[in-house]
Amino acid sequence: MPSLFLFGASEGGLFDFDATLPLMAVQVVLLTFILNALFFKPVGRVVEEREDYVNTSRAEAKKKIAEVELLEAELKEQLKEARLAAQKVILEAEQDSENLYKEALSLATAEANSSREKARLEIDSQRDDALNQLKSEADNLGNLIVERLLAKK
Amino acid sequence: MGFLPFVFPFAELEVGQHLYWQIGNLRIHGQVFMTSWLLIGALLALVVIGTKKMDRDPKGVQNLLEFLWDYIRDLARTQIGEKVYRDWMPFIGTLFLFIFVSNWGGALVPWKLIELPSGELGAPTADINTTVALALLVSLSYFYAGLSNKGLRYFEYYVHPTPIMLPFKIVEDFTKPLSLSFRLFGNILADELVVAVLVFLVPLVLPVPVMFLGLFTSAIQALIFATLAAYYIGEAVEEHH
Repeated sequence: MPSLFLFGASEGGLFDFDATLPLMAVQVVLLTFILNALFFKPVGRVVEEREDYVNTSRAEAKKKIAEVELLEAELKEQLKEARLAAQKVILEAEQDSENLYKEALSLATAEANSSREKARLEIDSQRDDALNQLKSEADNLGNLIVERLLAKK
Repeated sequence: MGFLPFVFPFAELEVGQHLYWQIGNLRIHGQVFMTSWLLIGALLALVVIGTKKMDRDPKGVQNLLEFLWDYIRDLARTQIGEKVYRDWMPFIGTLFLFIFVSNWGGALVPWKLIELPSGELGAPTADINTTVALALLVSLSYFYAGLSNKGLRYFEYYVHPTPIMLPFKIVEDFTKPLSLSFRLFGNILADELVVAVLVFLVPLVLPVPVMFLGLFTSAIQALIFATLAAYYIGEAVEEHH
């Protein structure tokens, strides 16, 4: 019966050490060198190249972001300045137009006043004239009436 | 198994039997080398296919290889340390990959379909010779790593932090390979035996979860072996202050 020789068998057994051991060791050492040449070196090169690439790309991107942020800040500053300038211009224009309006208004008022005054004076003088004329005509009429009355008698 | 009244073709249990090859006056276990060559061949084929055309945008097998490479690098880096992990990464990685394909190959490939005159095909790591060979390589590696990195100052490690540690550290040099080899050997052999016995007793359904458990154990054992090997090397090159 050939099975279950576990220990101490002269032929076979679980703990049967022989030349398998050193040969297996040599085989594994050889495999280490083969895998180093075929697997670890080339794959490592590719992976590390990619890591370098990713790192440099990331650094570049970071640099670019910093540049962009700087530019953005600069532009914002410029924008702020431009806005302030525009506000100033608008304010000035508003003031100017207000001044012009006030000036024109006062000019117009003065003119209106003066022409009104002139008109009043004219009216006054004409009224005086008319009154004088009326008075003289009434006098004349009175005289005439008196003369006629006197003449009838 | 001639002593049982009926025999399932997949359930034959031949523990401790080997297919001997005679080379000069050396005898080796043929079944171990046959499976290991097949599995190493498959591993190398995968590696060759995956590295044939490598791009910055990984495609297909390259993804798998890069994942493995990354995994092994992390393992080696955390255990050995930033300074020398590059030197030992191929060794740690080879241990991991070889043990992993051996364990999984032993569990997944239906070797029992192939009849051998004696013994049976299975995981190469279920043979004590393989695991002891691997463990002794680890021992040599950490001695070499310590001596090449620190010269004779490596032996300060034995009296660190106090000389009282000396006997324990010396014993450790023997227990390290012993525990490494027997842990791997025991786990893989036990897994094969459990599956074989279950298949023999209940040929349907029941062995399947145990087989999955076996796959899990196999992967874990590969990881444990590689991690411990890296840890021992890391311990040897570590600078004490």
